[in-house]
Amino acid sequence: MLLGPALAVSAILFSLGVVGVLLRRNAIIIFMCVELMLNAVNLTFVALSQQLGLDGQVFVFFVMTVAAAEAAVGLAIIIALYRHRDTLNLQHINLLRG
Amino acid sequence: MPLDLEHGRDLTLALLPELLLTAWAAALLLYAAWRHRDSSAQRRAGWLSLFGIAASAGAVLWLWIGGARLEGPATSVAVDAFRWAVDLIILVGAALTVLLSVHYLDREGIRVPEYHPLVLFAAVGMMLLAGGADLFVLFLGLELMSVSVYVLAGINRRNPASAEAALKYFLLGAFASAFLLYGIALTYGATGTTKLSRIGAQISALGIESHPMLAAGLALLFVGFGFKVAAVPFHMWTPDVYDGAPTPVTAFMAASVKAAAFAALVRLLLEAFAALQPGWDGVVWGLAAITMVVGNLIALAQRAVKRMLAYSSIAHAGYLLTALVSGSLAGAAAFLFYLLFYTLMTVGAFAVLIAKGRSGERDVTSDDLSGLAESHPLLALTMTVCMLSLLGFPGTAGFIGKWYILTSATGAGYAGLAVVLVLTTVVSAGYYLPIVMAMYMKPRLHEMAHADVGLPRVVRGMLVALVVALLFYGIWPNQLLTLAREGSHAFLPPHVTPVAVPFSPN
Amino acid sequence: MRTILFWIFSGVAVVSALLCITRRSPVASALWLVTTLFHLAALYVLLDAHFIAAVQVLVYAGAIMVLFLFVIMLLNLGRTGPGDMKGAWGRVVAGVAGFVLLGELLAFRLAAPPGRLRLPAGAVEHAAEEQGAVTAIARPLFEAYLVPFEITSVMLLAAIVGAVVLAKRKL
Repeated sequence: MLLGPALAVSAILFSLGVVGVLLRRNAIIIFMCVELMLNAVNLTFVALSQQLGLDGQVFVFFVMTVAAAEAAVGLAIIIALYRHRDTLNLQHINLLRG
Repeated sequence: MPLDLEHGRDLTLALLPELLLTAWAAALLLYAAWRHRDSSAQRRAGWLSLFGIAASAGAVLWLWIGGARLEGPATSVAVDAFRWAVDLIILVGAALTVLLSVHYLDREGIRVPEYHPLVLFAAVGMMLLAGGADLFVLFLGLELMSVSVYVLAGINRRNPASAEAALKYFLLGAFASAFLLYGIALTYGATGTTKLSRIGAQISALGIESHPMLAAGLALLFVGFGFKVAAVPFHMWTPDVYDGAPTPVTAFMAASVKAAAFAALVRLLLEAFAALQPGWDGVVWGLAAITMVVGNLIALAQRAVKRMLAYSSIAHAGYLLTALVSGSLAGAAAFLFYLLFYTLMTVGAFAVLIAKGRSGERDVTSDDLSGLAESHPLLALTMTVCMLSLLGFPGTAGFIGKWYILTSATGAGYAGLAVVLVLTTVVSAGYYLPIVMAMYMKPRLHEMAHADVGLPRVVRGMLVALVVALLFYGIWPNQLLTLAREGSHAFLPPHVTPVAVPFSPN
Repeated sequence: MRTILFWIFSGVAVVSALLCITRRSPVASALWLVTTLFHLAALYVLLDAHFIAAVQVLVYAGAIMVLFLFVIMLLNLGRTGPGDMKGAWGRVVAGVAGFVLLGELLAFRLAAPPGRLRLPAGAVEHAAEEQGAVTAIARPLFEAYLVPFEITSVMLLAAIVGAVVLAKRKL
């Protein structure tokens, strides 16, 4: 029930997250777009759990833990960088050629 | 020693190497919390972490020699020779990193006593990533490794380049993880399980080789792993990250992180997706070819040695992918053999760079190494052996490794890719050999050019051992090849009958 | 009824996600992301994952996004100049990549899991009712997925240590 639509919505959200990552230059917004991608995957797991059993919902827990750990470290990195550069715009973060 | 992972005791035994290392890292963390005022405590934490690595390696050897094997249903971790072999390679990489770091942290004035516990946590993550038999163990191992390495990349907080490298590595890594996770979700959707061996059994039992969901899942897994092993369309920021991170961390990332991610990819492809090999070989072929070509060509254009080594490690991802393309046991054995020596020669090259660097490894060019042989013969010899081995010069272990990769590819009918490998290897001589020539044939830039170059005695001893290993196994590789073959036998076609569908409609 | 609600919540979630990736100010982006996360929680309820829905609100919308907003305000990023969005070329690349990915995913995704794997309708709901929503999830978490669960604890420890190491002020 509602499996197909839920999977489609999650595909749309995931693609929007990818577009956001490619489109933006602000590090913190890029990171938020990655969070959006992770949430899209969670929707897939929940939708699948209706048909494949509760394991899908257990996986959502792991994804949330990963998201929390990444958020802690990622935001710490962003703060550390901001102390040096006063900007989060990746265009201006260019000490390393790339 | 048969292990039934449904039982707590056997599960503990199977995870003993990881458990020992985790416990040691936690204890070291406590030590660092109390003793963090002077740099001698930090040095001591480094030496202590070597004991944890040794204990873990001892547990791995005990399990390997004791003939641990899986009895009962496959659960969360693999119990096979491939896992032990990769574990040992990872632990060697971690130990070499610690040896390089102790001196480096002192010299650069980086006072972060948590550095060594984080290296150990990263190693635990790598071992779980390489040994996971469940997509979620694999994914969480990957995240444990990544989180620790993001921090290590940015550990030099006085240096803006280090912070920038950490940010870029983090954004890239999180982006890649999302792809990987989506791939896991779709694979789960198509097969109803996340256990690697079960996935393989389900694919044949359900006859879903061409199920669109499975294909999409595998494609997304390839994107995720492509980022993690820095294969070419996904390598964008890798050189920047390798360039900006503290050099011992760069060595760790280039050697061990890549080794663990590759080992997981091998396990995934050969255990779960073996039935789809006619489908994914084209993808691996393309990735390998473009990675070798682009990596080597851009490396040729680099002036700074650190950046050149970064591109060289991208090119080596291509060589390792070549070993995977056939999905054969010979390929897996060649992969294991090459992985060990790739770790050794990469760390060796970065060690010499650290010796020469003195707060500016990023700016060292091959000209700066001119005449190094005269004043520092050991360093010059190490660099030479590492460069020749990376190049695949006969007489070094790198040659044997490349040779076995080549034969595994041609033996399975992928001669085209073998030709690409040989041609790009010839190109790579264009950036490895100038370094050797500069060290031996050019005069020093000025009298004092290498006055402050040096490494402590322990690290010099390590370099001697490394050079001996690279040369010895370049001439007598048979013993290790036997071990590598034993490791690859983990992927013999399953002798168990395919498991029944887990949920049968009643 | 369920279907109508599903489409309303998904519609809002997608529109707010779109706003999240296009708003100029990080604060606005973060708030639109929170909106998306809330509507995802509503979708979880519709998909019979009540406990997950509660955790989604508590952990994601409540903790992680607050951390984001906190950092945005700490760094005083409330107003950002016009340089944040990539130029015309970057937009084209992002748009094309997004459409290609979406097309591929939708083409692949509309395929459901193989029929033989599916549980009978209402089986999950039934299990949740029988054992309670939390027990039904806790059991696999601590039995079949014990090893991954333990790995998350080590991962969180590493993340805590890492965050402290990177962000503490005194070197």
